[in-house]
Amino acid sequence: MAPHVLFVEDSPGDVRLTREAFYVANETIAVHVAADGVEAMAFLNHEGAFADVPRPDLVLLDLNLPRKNGWEVLAAIKRDTGLMSIPTIILTASEADDDVEKSFQLNANVYFSKPVELDAFEQLIASITQFWLTTAQLPPHRYAG
Amino acid sequence: MNVIGGIGVPIHVLLVEDSPGDVRLTQEAFRDANASIKLHVATDGVEAMAFLRKRDGYADAPRPDLILLDLNLPRMDGREVLARIKEDEDLKTIPTVILTTSDAEADIVRSYQLRANVFLSKPVELDAFEAVVRSINDFWLTKAKLPTLKSLQ
Repeated sequence: MAPHVLFVEDSPGDVRLTREAFYVANETIAVHVAADGVEAMAFLNHEGAFADVPRPDLVLLDLNLPRKNGWEVLAAIKRDTGLMSIPTIILTASEADDDVEKSFQLNANVYFSKPVELDAFEQLIASITQFWLTTAQLPPHRYAG
Repeated sequence: MNVIGGIGVPIHVLLVEDSPGDVRLTQEAFRDANASIKLHVATDGVEAMAFLRKRDGYADAPRPDLILLDLNLPRMDGREVLARIKEDEDLKTIPTVILTTSDAEADIVRSYQLRANVFLSKPVELDAFEAVVRSINDFWLTKAKLPTLKSLQ
């Protein structure tokens, strides 16, 4: 079954680059994009237009988002017994220690600062893909709440 | 890139594992992967919690940057250790990697619900096991940003 990744990011440029990097890393991955935190939660909760979307195997979450920020999304995922087992990776421009600390406090699974250089960014996406979708064991879909 | 792994600054990893053979193999694999890693070993869950809470002979133990936790342990099993780490306001931010021979779905689901940062199955083949240790080093200790120790200093 093709892995599904929910990518929550408001910058169209970053969305395009990330889609391309995922495709290079593993072309079977289906990347779904939510452009803000409200849309991300609607996707995860199958609301409205998202009634038939799959449960993602992995969530990649920016912190600075319109309408509902990344921390609010992270907290909402991790307090929902149906969603909390989905690995949620923070991928953000911020390198601030406080942002790292706060993200781990809210039970982010891991935190990455987005490299500015394109090569390094592509390597990071390849590494995330390899580690989470090949090396790690993820919860099976039928445990979805 | 890594804030904790600068030159001469050791990266502290706590391995909670009761099998002496697995401890030896993990030590060797980490030594090959990254010379700045200092691997500390607790052989059961009670010892792991004493290390983390700096009690019972562990007053000088460093706060680990990463915990590698087996599930099946004597005295206090890994699920209980994981639950205690993630319920503790000071300890919960330490990334905790489950590394176990189990690949049972119930263990995977339960571990993520208890807020394990990731669940890894320990491969039986030595080459594959070394590859997992290298990937832990590459992913968690090189590329990821981990919490600093500021809150406890």
